Amino acid sequence: MSIGATHDQALTPAAPTGAIVHPLWVRLTHWTNAVAMVVMIGSGWEIYNASPLFPFVFPRGITLGGWLAGALLWHFAAMWLLAVNGLVYLLLGIATGRFRRKLVPIRPGEVLADARAAFIGKLAHDDLSVYNAVQKLLYLGVIVAGIVIVLSGLAIWKPVQLQELTAAFGGYDAARYVHFFAMAVIVAFLVIHVVMALLVPKSLRAMITGR
Amino acid sequence: MSRIRKNPAGVDPELLVKDSAKLMPDPTRRLFLRGGASLGALAFLTGCDIVDSASAEHVLMKISYFNDGAQAWLFNPNKLAPTYPDSAVRRPFPFNAYYPEEDAPEVDKDDYKLEVGGMVDNKKSWTLDELYALPQETQITRLVCVEGWSAIGKWTGTPLREFLRRVGADARAKYVWFRCAEGYSTSIDMPTALHPQTQMTFKFDGAILPRKYGFPMKVRMPTKLGFKNPKHVMEMAVTDKYLGGYWEDQGYNWFSGN
Repeated sequence: MSIGATHDQALTPAAPTGAIVHPLWVRLTHWTNAVAMVVMIGSGWEIYNASPLFPFVFPRGITLGGWLAGALLWHFAAMWLLAVNGLVYLLLGIATGRFRRKLVPIRPGEVLADARAAFIGKLAHDDLSVYNAVQKLLYLGVIVAGIVIVLSGLAIWKPVQLQELTAAFGGYDAARYVHFFAMAVIVAFLVIHVVMALLVPKSLRAMITGR
Repeated sequence: MSRIRKNPAGVDPELLVKDSAKLMPDPTRRLFLRGGASLGALAFLTGCDIVDSASAEHVLMKISYFNDGAQAWLFNPNKLAPTYPDSAVRRPFPFNAYYPEEDAPEVDKDDYKLEVGGMVDNKKSWTLDELYALPQETQITRLVCVEGWSAIGKWTGTPLREFLRRVGADARAKYVWFRCAEGYSTSIDMPTALHPQTQMTFKFDGAILPRKYGFPMKVRMPTKLGFKNPKHVMEMAVTDKYLGGYWEDQGYNWFSGN
């Protein structure tokens, strides 16, 4: 055990054998979310193609559902998984103090320093239980994007019954753009996230086995 | 209502699609599964190791029926759709159907008789003059298409609930079903039929409903997606029997509430 531990997480030795980095509830909600997100994004792209907001469509080969009705069935099935799982994750993240311990504070100076270190390949990942400032920013950011995409989705789905929510997004048409951009943020996160997991394989292992 | 499927000319008034190929499934690819994500998602949804598309489709339809119930639960019969000023009306209002505009059905105004059936006290048919004599209201509301786009329009006509009251409809019935001149059909839940903004529409933007928008009568309901708003309505029936509809039978969610 480190005597000079300054961080509460440091009570867990760096690169420990046997210490749990990710508790079971984090791993379960993470992989459930991964499935739900892939289904929501793939079917969402097919739905987008029926009435594109921008002068492009998503190639059929990477969409889910085959046609609009099929995509809608997937989207409105996986939404329950995404929303319920997301809610469980948020409640446990707050209740267990995990968000407070791991994701805050985020200091701009540290973000810049860590981002610079990451780009030159000097950012260490010795202790998976402690997030660097860039990780904190990305993880917190994608949680916010996840909340926004669910709320804007509800605003598009129910512009009469939930009209106050739709109005909060600036109306039906504006909510569609918000929904799209929240998707874009999540997809950008996903690309970085998967690349990093492949570059640091033990982080992927930790999300499967917990250690 | 299987005959509807056999009638290729019979199509949605409102589902609106300039490009039918975009919406209609390729017959060789009727199933809903496409893309690399399918297998993992399927295995998850069905809980099966050996996954076949038919069982996935079955599970998805089950969830869609569950979503009908969830939307019925969420539906507030007293909640009005937002209304807009006249300046917000889209002119010209987009025509949409999967047939081209020139193929819209032509209904003769002198021969027209609205047939009323099912759980009603008075099954007499209604001529257009009789319908026009009913009290009318105007609404400026947003039509939301299942495709995602929307447009604000101005519709004038008789609240459906007023008409249902006059024909002595059994308000305890589950559904109101509509049959259209082109062979299209759809059905709605009774609470939506009784919603104050659900309207038998005779005019669009102050003028007699033109052929392209559903002459002589459409049923407008801002609480549902566009394809649930039938045009060229020839017959309505109050019923406890689930009769689906043209698009609903092909996989679109039945309730499709806004």
